[in-house]
Amino acid sequence: MKSDLNITKHISKSYNDELEEVRLLLIKMGDMVLGQVRDGLTSLLKLDKELAEQVIAHDKKVNQLEIKIDEVCTNILATRQPAASDLRLVICVIKTITDIERIGDEAVKLSRNALKIIQSENTLRQPNELKHLGELVIENLQEAIKAYANFDVEHALKVIEQDQETDEEFDNITRLLITKMMEDPREIKNTLRISWCARALERIGDHTTNVCEYLVFLVKGKDVRHTSLNKIKQRIE
Amino acid sequence: MNKSTGSITDNLDTEKTVGNVFADDAKMSMRNVNVFYSDKQAIKNVSLDLARNQVTALIGPSGCGKSTFLRCLNRMNDTIDICRVEGSLLLDGDDIYHKKMDPVLLRARVGMVFQKPNPFPKSIFDNVAYGPKIHGLATHKDDLEEIVVTSLQRAGLFEEVKDRLNASGTGLSGGQQQRLCIARTIAVSPEVILMDEPASALDPIATAVIEELIDELKEKYTIAIVTHSMQQAARISQTTAYFHMGNLVEVGLTDQIFTNPAHKLTENYITGRFG
Repeated sequence: MKSDLNITKHISKSYNDELEEVRLLLIKMGDMVLGQVRDGLTSLLKLDKELAEQVIAHDKKVNQLEIKIDEVCTNILATRQPAASDLRLVICVIKTITDIERIGDEAVKLSRNALKIIQSENTLRQPNELKHLGELVIENLQEAIKAYANFDVEHALKVIEQDQETDEEFDNITRLLITKMMEDPREIKNTLRISWCARALERIGDHTTNVCEYLVFLVKGKDVRHTSLNKIKQRIE
Repeated sequence: MNKSTGSITDNLDTEKTVGNVFADDAKMSMRNVNVFYSDKQAIKNVSLDLARNQVTALIGPSGCGKSTFLRCLNRMNDTIDICRVEGSLLLDGDDIYHKKMDPVLLRARVGMVFQKPNPFPKSIFDNVAYGPKIHGLATHKDDLEEIVVTSLQRAGLFEEVKDRLNASGTGLSGGQQQRLCIARTIAVSPEVILMDEPASALDPIATAVIEELIDELKEKYTIAIVTHSMQQAARISQTTAYFHMGNLVEVGLTDQIFTNPAHKLTENYITGRFG
């Protein structure tokens, strides 16, 4: 359900503008990183050298946006002394962009490993076993950004719930890759790279969960980090 | 005090106070207090405890009744003919509006510091010595001197004025005058100190000194402070009470009120929203 934090209902119009700017920049950064993860995964699945290099180069823009949002938030803290939901918004944005920036770093890892696999002498095949995990992670990240755009806690809770599926899929892939390495030791090097990529995707899932937990704090004022989903639901009822 | 139990609602009801008005160890207990200026009701059925050795901040927009409520706590409203106070107001269990309660003695137990520093046009020494003299707290000159020095020390002013105790109190800076008034208040050994915007006329440095002083004073006294500065309330108080149009809308731990208030009106006020 969409929540209305009324961030544009302050007496000071410029304060409204500053908070709205933060919100829009955060969504922009989320969309940018979502694109990075999509491209990173595609570059890996299709072993697309050009796309992989593009993802690596594009990471600078993500980092610059993180710094820009930090600056705007610092300025609000210094000049507005926000309280209550405004304070939670600024704090949550500062924490959220750290996780989003790290998601960007994981996307870069996918592309770096794609380049390594492309450069390796015995490249035999595309790492298709990561396709399902990648799609799950991208869908969850997309939904988390949507939840943030609408301050929608129920939506965020669904994303947190779905992270379990991501973890299970990661375990499945790990088992599969171990078997492959035992079957064909010549492929160990590249299989290890695929395993690191699976790990990167799983980490993206964890960062996405963090983002959703910050959103719960932002809207409900309850800190639900390091808490099981059932307990989260109980606490915000 | 209990923490608020849920996230903010759109409830705009102001008649029922949100949060726990009862303190575990109350120095003052007010129950169902109504205050009228002639026919106009300024305080509507307010109940609130002041916790012992804590700072309670009363916040709210102008005209919400917070100063009126504060002034009830040492019967300062007695001086206003058209003012009528109803309800139970207890200081350590004593009814402060009981006919046998002497308002002058009450005001020694419940002292007050005002927005604008108001030292007497007397020397620094005499400003502080006046209260103990009229209340007979010092029989000997040495005792009086000790009270004056101790009070000035507790108010954090002694080091700045020790060489000119006979100079006029009105010649001090605004911040020093306010600390002199605090020294004058604590010279009569009060149990509770009421402060009505004590730092609103001071610069940031003098304000910081007063805030630091309030933090130290709470070790010995129970303090209630009216302030329009949200940051000041957040910095110095342990409990915050939000008033709106004569109603006590919300009471809670200060940390809770300023991060996650339970009432929409409190949220609107402390974040500067329309409401």
